Amino acid sequence: MSPFAFAHLAAGLGAALAVIGGAFGIGKLAAATMEASGRQPEVAGDVRTSMIISAALIEGVTLFAEVICIILAIK
Amino acid sequence: MILSLLNQRTLFAFASFLTALPGGKVAQEGQHVSEGGNNWMIEDLADSHTLEIQPFGPIHLPTLPPIQVLGITVDLSPTKYLIFLWIAALIVTLGLILLARRKQDDLIPRGWKNVIDVFIVFIRDEVIIPTIGHEGIKFLPFLLTLFFFILTSNLLGLIPDAITPTGNINVTAGLALISFLVIQGSGIAKHGLIGYFRGLVPPGIPFFVIPIMVAVEFIGLFTKPFALTVRLFANMTAGHIVIFSLIGLIFLFKTVAVAPISIGFALFIYFMEIMIAFIQAYIFTILTALFIGLAVHQEH
Repeated sequence: MSPFAFAHLAAGLGAALAVIGGAFGIGKLAAATMEASGRQPEVAGDVRTSMIISAALIEGVTLFAEVICIILAIK
Repeated sequence: MILSLLNQRTLFAFASFLTALPGGKVAQEGQHVSEGGNNWMIEDLADSHTLEIQPFGPIHLPTLPPIQVLGITVDLSPTKYLIFLWIAALIVTLGLILLARRKQDDLIPRGWKNVIDVFIVFIRDEVIIPTIGHEGIKFLPFLLTLFFFILTSNLLGLIPDAITPTGNINVTAGLALISFLVIQGSGIAKHGLIGYFRGLVPPGIPFFVIPIMVAVEFIGLFTKPFALTVRLFANMTAGHIVIFSLIGLIFLFKTVAVAPISIGFALFIYFMEIMIAFIQAYIFTILTALFIGLAVHQEH
């Protein structure tokens, strides 16, 4: 295999791994939020806001990884 | 000022990867390799000097000669993203100013004003008050402008033949740059230049940790707008790529039998895009408000 093929393979694997990590993080976050709003429905709004902020930050890190993969794939 | 320039240049150097794609170059030369070529998707997403409004065919935008600003060659000729950026700005400005100027003789708002009022109260009570506090009300016009502009830009791309201005990383970088200036400006205005940068390091930490903390906090100042940039850009582009790919399946398999499935999925993604357009506008706004809050309340 040529180095370019390896680079594309690495980009694909990297994208997949980044998505696994991000999905795991956001999944745990959503589970905890559901549990918290189930236990205390009166703070559901506050918890949801915090969840969206945390999810956005996790997503940001994941997107960094995805961008690196895109650069790797198109160079 | 130097910080902002540094930030802008790193962002733009990073941003050049999308515009440097081969599809963009092909589109700039005015040739079309859409038939048979597999880079039609990139061609549509990359910036070009040609507007493709379907019933009228390609419209070639005028190209202006590049000008020199401070030793940097700047090409100011309009591109298709710029045209739709102007359209979005026009819609927001005209729409909101006309709505605000409507006669206010009755206390109960009617029609579109009702819709806008909901958003304004939401941004004030759910975004600004929890993140910045009551002193953050002065940021309401800025955050509302940001919210409505991003929302309009996001929704503009869902109209056929139109382009999402926020699907271009340069646009989101510009928006994040404005947020960055407001975030740092609000912190400096509250604490003073020296007090603000001293406040980046929490008091009472061991002496040998201070250099590391300074470096981490200083990098953190720039990763925040960078994350804002990439998040909005990636979310807007990803949805379009998925819709393109699903529609492209029909042409890939060369049969109409795939059409119901791919159109169905594309419709689903399309509705999800409407949701994402609102969520991303909200996230950009609330994160900007949060960072302003962090800059203003350094004791936390």
